[in-house]
This record gives sequence, C-alpha cells and structure tokens, in this order.
Amino acid sequence: MSPQFSEKALKQVEKIVARYPHKEAALLPVLVLARREFGRIAEEEEKLVAAILGIKPIKVREVVTFYSMLNREKIGKYHIQVCSNISCTVMGAETLLDHIRKKIGIEPGQTTEDGKFSLSTVECLGACEMAPCMMVNEHYYGNLDKKKIDKILDKME
Amino acid sequence: MSEKYLSRNFGVTDSHKIEVYLKGNGYSAVRNALKIKPENIIEEIKKAGLRGRGGAGFPAGVKWGFVPKKTDKPKYLCVNADEGEPGTVKDRYIMTHNPHQLFEGIIIASYAVGINTAFIYIRGEYENIAQRLEEALDEARAEGFLGKNIQGSGFNLDVYVHRGAGAYICGEETALLESLEGKRGNPRLKPPFPASVGLFNCPTVINNVETLANVPVIINVGADAFQKTGQKGDGGTRIFGVSGMVKKPGVYELPVGTTLRDIIFKHAGGMKGSRRLKAVIPGGMSAPVLTADEIDVPMDFESLMEKKSMLGSAGIIVIDQETSMVDVLKVVTKFYAHESCGQCTPCRIGNAWIYRIVKRVAAREAGKRDLDTICRLANNMLGKTLCPLGDAAAMPILAIMKKFRTEIESHLEQ
Repeated sequence: MSPQFSEKALKQVEKIVARYPHKEAALLPVLVLARREFGRIAEEEEKLVAAILGIKPIKVREVVTFYSMLNREKIGKYHIQVCSNISCTVMGAETLLDHIRKKIGIEPGQTTEDGKFSLSTVECLGACEMAPCMMVNEHYYGNLDKKKIDKILDKME
Repeated sequence: MSEKYLSRNFGVTDSHKIEVYLKGNGYSAVRNALKIKPENIIEEIKKAGLRGRGGAGFPAGVKWGFVPKKTDKPKYLCVNADEGEPGTVKDRYIMTHNPHQLFEGIIIASYAVGINTAFIYIRGEYENIAQRLEEALDEARAEGFLGKNIQGSGFNLDVYVHRGAGAYICGEETALLESLEGKRGNPRLKPPFPASVGLFNCPTVINNVETLANVPVIINVGADAFQKTGQKGDGGTRIFGVSGMVKKPGVYELPVGTTLRDIIFKHAGGMKGSRRLKAVIPGGMSAPVLTADEIDVPMDFESLMEKKSMLGSAGIIVIDQETSMVDVLKVVTKFYAHESCGQCTPCRIGNAWIYRIVKRVAAREAGKRDLDTICRLANNMLGKTLCPLGDAAAMPILAIMKKFRTEIESHLEQ
C-alpha cells in the first residue's frame, strides 16, 4: 500500500506551506515530516510529497539524495550516530565506535536483524565541547566512555 | 572582569523563557530601537565594529547597508543557525539558553533593513533546539514582540524556523538560500550578492546567530562601549568554544583579542592530565592549524590572518602530543571529501583524491611523492571554486602538510 500522511500530519503540511511564497520551498520541512511519519524516504514517499507540493518526483529525488538525514532505507528503532570528526577523534571516538560495534554486532551503515539498532558514523554534530559524543535518535549524549555507552544502550528497550 | 554580553544567563534556570528574560530587562533594546530611525541603527552597528560571527567576519552593518532601500520586492532575513563547522558549538548555547536575545537581534535587524519576514535556518540535528525556538517564538508573539504592529510601532515581522536535513555546505550563505527554496544546497555564483538577489530572488540579509544576538547589546551599551570591549574594527566579545584535550572544555565568552594561550591555559584549565600541547585549530576545522609555539596570538580576525590562519567561528580544537597528525589529516580530508557538494570539479575531484591518498598514507602504503601530490591537489583547489569550501579544505590540509611534514614522513618510514 502506498504511504499516506495522517490527518494531523496533513494539517502540519498546510501550516508549513503557508510560510513560503512558493510551495516548493516547503519541500525540505515536509520531507523531514514525512521521514518522521514513515521512517524513510523511498520512491513511494517521494511520489507522495511531490503530489502534495505539486512538483515532479524527480525534483524530490534530487533533494532527498543531497541530505544525509533523509534516509532511503528503513532504519532501526534507535539510530546511533557516532561522531567521527576531529574533537571526538582526539578524545577517543574510534575506540568507542569499536565498543559499540562489538556490543550490538553490526558495522556502521547496518541495522540489527531485530530492527532495534542502526549504527552510523557521522560528521560533526556540533557538540564538540562534550566530545566524544553521539546521538541516539534526537538526543545528544556527550563525554562518553565505554561504561556510559553501556548504560545508555542497555536502557533501550 | 570581562563583559558577558551573550552568556550572562547561560545556566540560569529557565533562562530561555520570556518571563525570565523580561525580568532581566529583556526586550528593552527592541523597545528602544523601534524609536530610532532605521538608518541610524545601521550606522550604530557599523560604528560598533560588529563583524560576522559565522566565519567570514564581514562587518554586519555594512552588509545591511547593501540592501536596497527602495524596492518593490519583499526583503528577507535568513538567520544562519546551521552551525556545521567542526569545533563550533556557540550557536547551540545561544539558542538553548538565550533564544530571546537572538530574537531581539532579528527584530532590530529586520526593522533597520525594512524586512517583514525572517527564517531561522537551523541544522537538522538540532531538533530539540528547533522545538525550543518554536516555543520561544510563540511566547514572543503573545507578548507583542512579533507579528503585527510590534509594540505599537507599526512595524510587522514574522519569524519562522526552517530545519535543514544534514549538509555542511548549507552553512554557506548561498547554499543556505538554495536549501531554503527547497533545492539541493549547491552554492550560487556571486555576484549578484544576496543583498540584491537573495531568497526567492529578493534582497536578503544572511547573518549568523551570534552576530544577531550581539545587536541588542550594541543598542543597550552603545557602539563605543561595544567597540572598546574588543579591538578596533572588530568589536565586542566572542564565544570561544574549546574542545579537545583540555581540562575544562566548554564555551567561554571573552573579549575579541584575548590570546589563544590565555583561553586554553587560563580559562579552559590547560591540558588534560599529563598531556602536552601539540597543535591548535583556532577557528573551526577550516582554519589552518597552529603549532604549540604559535599560540601567543590575539584571537581577532587581523591577528590570525597575520599568522596565515583565521578566527573563523572561534571554535578552538586542542590537539595533544599523543594524537597523530596523520589521524588529524585523515579526519580533515574525509570530512571535506564527504561534504563537497560536487558542483565544482576541483573541489569534488580534488577532495576525493586527497582523501584516497591520505588513507594510503595512514596505512603506510604511500611514499613521499604522494605527500607532494596531496599538496599539488590542494593548491589546485585554492581559489578555483564557486564557494569558499574549496579554500576551506585546501588551507587546513596545506597547513598540516607544511607544519607536520616531518611527523607524517616518519609515520611512512615506521
């Protein structure tokens, strides 16, 4: 079945579109919304957003493939994003990434079979003063060490 | 005691709420500014020597002055809250703890330039902060600081939060405009400059969060006092973000011109444990690295330019002796290879090849000639791209290759 926005989401779309003089400008915020609703932006989702904003699906594809947060594949319930940039590297991010890889048994770019965790390495998250840091879904975690990571991940159901 | 223009309420309970902000004399700058002639505000900002805090350091008042006064088109303000430059965390603090001071800056800037719509372009990862901004905007609207006829002045302003979705390049001002229009973040050719042809082809001002948060300060303390806090032509304070191997990483608001040594050793507590200082990146990753004996430099735009580095976004990254500069080079080159938008050939191909060669260097599968190739490729990017990303990649790479060549060569020989 092709994806459909919920009634609540459609109202939000309307509100977003109203901010801009051109409908197309609402594309990125609407994609972010769609990403939250459907967990990914693949071809079906692209078509849906294109139809709502009255633009060609290929225009949507162009934009989706540019931004790293608009994933085309479904990801796990918890998306672990480990910063691999400079301050985090200086503070030992690589060792922590190794620890997470072994702990949940997947490589960056993969999702666990049960769909619980996805792992990514990412560029600077803008939290360098608490390096090494990571995000799990929309939450930031900083000043990490192995013990702290265990505590965070073990709590996730 | 140095002035705390922006960080005074960092850490104060509920500092982001309007009732707390109003109790601390908040929004008085807006009230006063709305009684001043717009052109006089622009003059005051120019006199204060407020330079852009995003990285380029362009004088804010001059930027505002470029926007045509008479035009049939609407004008826009875009607030650059993309904060993607590695090492930079300051705007996150301002938006988290002090959103209303940012809004005051937005209101005053818009009033001065004749703008009725502003967009805050915030990086996608700052989801919780975007939420906080939305709530704070609602509060400001309810108190009559946004919307129609602000404080009875007849001036109208709407402000919207626009979220990015993960792309470093969208912090570049014209890429930000493209992204806001619903396109890939490919930078535009300049001229025309955004002041005349910007968002939706209309005159547009693009200012960084910290730049705008300084605007109400100038209205409150006056241009002279603001100027005197910093350096001539580079007034005020900077929020220095200190990260890496120091005892107390964090944000420190200090006058423009504070020395890098003082920031690291006095304010951030010096090196962590028994670590020794090896190198410092003084202004976000794009700023060429300084060696341990180059840190007696005042942190202002001119002084760092003399050192062939830059103040940039004032994100200070402290690197210790135990960190390999080959690893640093690998991180830097991977970043730019990943973040190049792909529009200009020298940047797209240059960064990709440099990263490939650096990976071989790291694996000790390269020779000294490869090091020369890295430098040649980097030199071929300098000045040959539409936007500053080409230079932003080439400069730090060349600085590492020059200042740490011996270490990199000895890595190859091990």
